[in-house]
Amino acid sequence: MVTPNPDFYNEIAANGGADVKMCFQCGTCTAGCPSGKETAYRTRKVMRMAQLGLKDELLNTDDIWQCTTCYTCEERCPRGVPIVDTILAIRNIAIQQGKMYDAHKKTANNLVKYGHTVDLNDKVKAMRASLGLPEVPPTVLANEKASADFAKILAKTGFDKLVE
Amino acid sequence: MAKYAFFLGCIAPLRYPGIEKSTRKVAEALGIELVDLADASCCPAPGVIRSFDKKTWIAAAARNLALAEKEGLEIVTICNGCYGSLFDAAHELAEDPELLKEVNGILAEIGMEYKGTTKVRHFAEVLYNDVGVDAIKAKITNPLSYQVAAFYGCHFLKPSKIKNIDDPENPHILDDLIEATGAKSMPRKKKILCCGSGGGVKAGFPNVAKAFTQTNLENMKESGAQFIVDVCPFCHLQFDLSQAELGFNIPVLHLSQLYGIAMGMSADELGLAAHKVPVVL
Repeated sequence: MVTPNPDFYNEIAANGGADVKMCFQCGTCTAGCPSGKETAYRTRKVMRMAQLGLKDELLNTDDIWQCTTCYTCEERCPRGVPIVDTILAIRNIAIQQGKMYDAHKKTANNLVKYGHTVDLNDKVKAMRASLGLPEVPPTVLANEKASADFAKILAKTGFDKLVE
Repeated sequence: MAKYAFFLGCIAPLRYPGIEKSTRKVAEALGIELVDLADASCCPAPGVIRSFDKKTWIAAAARNLALAEKEGLEIVTICNGCYGSLFDAAHELAEDPELLKEVNGILAEIGMEYKGTTKVRHFAEVLYNDVGVDAIKAKITNPLSYQVAAFYGCHFLKPSKIKNIDDPENPHILDDLIEATGAKSMPRKKKILCCGSGGGVKAGFPNVAKAFTQTNLENMKESGAQFIVDVCPFCHLQFDLSQAELGFNIPVLHLSQLYGIAMGMSADELGLAAHKVPVVL
């Protein structure tokens, strides 16, 4: 038995998603989805599960993580549903429940550590120098105050704890 | 001289610095002044960070937007991911005063405020709209005769209802920019198919990402393309790093690097040594 969660669509909207009731289930999204050609991910089904409030079922599948955010669905949606925003909102809800892949934790923690999604390694430093570029790019990496400011933002939103 | 705040992002400066270098040189040759957007962070990445926590994503993006606002400059990016994040965040903050207020509550922690005025541009779009194909042609000193696969990626043109740059299903801007060098942009199947790496799929499900990449590579090979030309360091990385395993060997250039070649820069200046698929000019 599944237990529908009638508040789920409000939660999706509160996290930046669409009013999922806008979707009339035509399936244009699934038809054009390149990820659906490679995986069992079906965009229309995700939208339907969201409408029905099948929150636990949705959050416990890999489906919502197979979207590359290519926007093909959204470009073709006859109802103009912001589908990508909706997928991202459902992902936010999954993360709030601690459902996060290790590989994604790594990227998130890079952001916490460096202010960038990847590190600056010695090989790249040498390459930058050989190109006549500063070894350390003029970003948060080059300014302690900027780096501290960036960290304060992540602490304020709770991101550092969220992705621990 | 047109002047912009140059937003570096992550993958270009930290994995393919040749893209950064050639952008600086090409901009100079075309009379575009790029001022480093000092102290900027990751955009933050639209597929991963936005997937994890929207509030963090938009607050960190707003900090970058506020840095440019303080300089009174439009932001220019060389990456579809950065463009996607910063453009979308700027759009949302301009449209939603409540959200802007909430974000400014977070920025107040570091004594910053974003008023909501920064415009975000993609370098390729600046080249097309602000410089123009004819002015670019006039600066080509080493006309090319390569056959090229134009790779648009996703976040350069989409969502089109807010970006309004080109037809997202049948675009021509990048083809025109490529052909300004004399190179030929080859028609192929599924030209606007995603590279596969966005949305955290590369990290979470690398084999799914590679399946997208493989389809693209098959169609590029069939088209007779000698190079892949992208406008996004993340697509660039995906094509460059996955080809050995997938059994392909089509060198990958960012548009800035293609322009560098057409403007007479040397292979050393273009940072081609960073590329896994050897680039033989």
